[in-house]
Amino acid sequence: MKRFLALLLMWVAAPTAAQTGLPPAPYADRQLADPQQEAAARDLMDELRCLKCQSQSIADSNAPMAGDMRSQVRERIAAGETPEEVRSWLIERYGNWVSYNPPIASAVTWPLWIAPILLLFAALWLARGRFGKTRDDE
Amino acid sequence: MIAETGLIALWLAAALALLQFALGAIGLRAGRQEYFAAIRSVTVAQGVFVTLSFLLLIWLFLRSDMSVRLVVMNSASVKPFIYKFSGTWGNHEGSMLLWVTVMGLAGAFIAMFERSLKQKTLVATLAAQAFISLGFYAFLLISSNPFERMFPVPADGQGLNPLLQDPGLAFHPPTLYFGYVGLSVAFSFAVGAMITRDVGAAFAKAMRPWVLGAWIFLTLGITAGSYWAYYELGWGGWWFWDPVENAALMPWLAATALLHSVTVLATRDGLRAWTLMLAVVAFSMSMIGTFLVRSGILTSVHAFAVDPERGSFILALLAIYIGGAMALFALRVGTVKEGSRFELVSREGALVANNLLLSVILGLVFIGTLYPLLVEAVTGEKLSVGPPYFNLATGPLALMLVAVMAAGPLLRWRRDNPKALLNRISIPILITAAALFALALFTTGMSVLALLGLALAIGVGVASFAPLWKRNLRRTPLHTYGMVIAHFGIAVALAGMACESSFTEEKLVAAKPGDEIAVNDWTLKFDAIEPVAGPNWTALEARITAQYGDGALHQINPQNRMFPAAQTQTSEAALLTRWNGQLYVVLGDGDSQGRWQVRVWWKPFVTWIWYGGILVALGGFLAMIGRLRRSYKQRKQREYAEAIV
Repeated sequence: MKRFLALLLMWVAAPTAAQTGLPPAPYADRQLADPQQEAAARDLMDELRCLKCQSQSIADSNAPMAGDMRSQVRERIAAGETPEEVRSWLIERYGNWVSYNPPIASAVTWPLWIAPILLLFAALWLARGRFGKTRDDE
Repeated sequence: MIAETGLIALWLAAALALLQFALGAIGLRAGRQEYFAAIRSVTVAQGVFVTLSFLLLIWLFLRSDMSVRLVVMNSASVKPFIYKFSGTWGNHEGSMLLWVTVMGLAGAFIAMFERSLKQKTLVATLAAQAFISLGFYAFLLISSNPFERMFPVPADGQGLNPLLQDPGLAFHPPTLYFGYVGLSVAFSFAVGAMITRDVGAAFAKAMRPWVLGAWIFLTLGITAGSYWAYYELGWGGWWFWDPVENAALMPWLAATALLHSVTVLATRDGLRAWTLMLAVVAFSMSMIGTFLVRSGILTSVHAFAVDPERGSFILALLAIYIGGAMALFALRVGTVKEGSRFELVSREGALVANNLLLSVILGLVFIGTLYPLLVEAVTGEKLSVGPPYFNLATGPLALMLVAVMAAGPLLRWRRDNPKALLNRISIPILITAAALFALALFTTGMSVLALLGLALAIGVGVASFAPLWKRNLRRTPLHTYGMVIAHFGIAVALAGMACESSFTEEKLVAAKPGDEIAVNDWTLKFDAIEPVAGPNWTALEARITAQYGDGALHQINPQNRMFPAAQTQTSEAALLTRWNGQLYVVLGDGDSQGRWQVRVWWKPFVTWIWYGGILVALGGFLAMIGRLRRSYKQRKQREYAEAIV
């Protein structure tokens, strides 16, 4: 609960901090010169949630905070960090809420990644019974 | 007086629905013929009164009657006519009233025109419909009265959300609601058939037009919604795997599966229990689509708590509907025989594969949408499930489904020879392989999923026409054309999706008037910024001249709109469509040095996504016309034969 409160505080505080911070998000709407880095940044931005919006990625949002986060992502990628490093840094700050890609190795999100396999087996099992019976008939 | 009359009409309609349910339930139990005769007219009367109530609400909106709370909250006197009209259903109460109105009209339609069902099944169907409608009436009358007055009467209303002031979105919700209601009607048929234990080809044929109709509306609704999000939100995305989108996608997936299994039931009298199950699932999904979005729970567990009374009501209704449907199914499924059998390699086999794949995809979308809510409710931890998960989990399955779609129509019913199938489908397979090879060789930066998707789309685009191969085209039934067009539409949409995700080029610049911007083969010249004004907004408009290669010059004007009534800003993207793609230009904010944020995208073949959707709906429409015409002819022939005897 404490952690949650801290997160909430950070969540509320971050945009205010951004507003007062003097250089306002230089890379919010400016692309990186290196097309490969820009593509990597862009792919990552598509997978990060805009924390102030309703179900939008930071790549698709007009909110000022999304602009700040885009700028952060681009700057960090330009500084040589890998997208996964940037993502984990953001998850550390804002929690799993910020990433649209639920991690596989996490206590709460692994069932999501098991689900496709389980459902597929369930479907195959259903189908098997169906056709098995058919053969018995003949 | 208008508002009061509307409320009275609504109460009367609710009372008639109760009577309709009671007549059906008691009549079936006691086997009373006179009850059966009465239920038809009661159903029609219910439809009349609920329609009257809805029309009166529209009238209130058109008159901008500011003594009615709903009008105040969602309309303003200075607003284009069409948005006063669409404002009627652009809110919670109005949309619920629209829902129950469509349901009432559908009931009246069935009562007047349905002739092929057994009488008892029809009565049970109408009773089930009344039961569903009663929940909506209770919800409207107890916790969301659309006709509530407001005192003191304010000078003007608060206006409709500017994002909704768009012709596309004005008709998007009703389209989806028609779809949801159609699925509820299909479900009522299933309940009727389960109660009278009359699950067979006749029931499937009576239910099929409703499933088809619902599916057409859902397809159109989702396509329109996707295009709306694409051009109105101003970032060029066309599908976000947003919970609200998923809430519309899930009924569509279920309806698609149901549509295919009901065909097996109608043609071969097989898959009886499975079809009933799908009808139950499709209805449940449409309820979830209607209610979860309305309850606000999808946004967050906390948004739900803002209005707990309404939210709890919604959850209780959902529990009663879905729980009741599942319980009835569980009670009756034991007595339903599965029907005719078939082998693995057969038309039915392919349709079963279709159903299972669609069900798994549906299950995954369901889990991905609701799991974060579950986790938040239990542990308090917030997590997001979005595009990376959904694409990876459902993408490969969707591709398998598309492959099955190509093969299925080429298979014979009941039993077929695998080698013969391979023979028939060899050309599309070769085309797919060649496309895969060429794409892998000549393109860069395509993801595996997009690569496979595009190659498959090309092959399936060809294969979808194979059912017409070597056939007399004039004697081919209309519904076969419908299937061909719908399947082709899927291939077209898939190609559009793969191209958009792989070949989009993006350019973000801060430009001064006079600057040039180059994207792909486009040259854009930023000429000027001008202020413009509309009926209820003001805007800054960029004058941009765009040229593709050395082609003609096009004037495009992206806008940044301000709606004073709602204190909201929207960006109106400027779109320029060519046969091979769309140019997408957005004007952002200006800075102190006179530069403007301009975002430009070149999206090759992106329009194919929605053309595909329209083709799918068109195919469904042709199939429905074909089926209805055929069953009408058959009935006339039967009546004629009976008359001679």
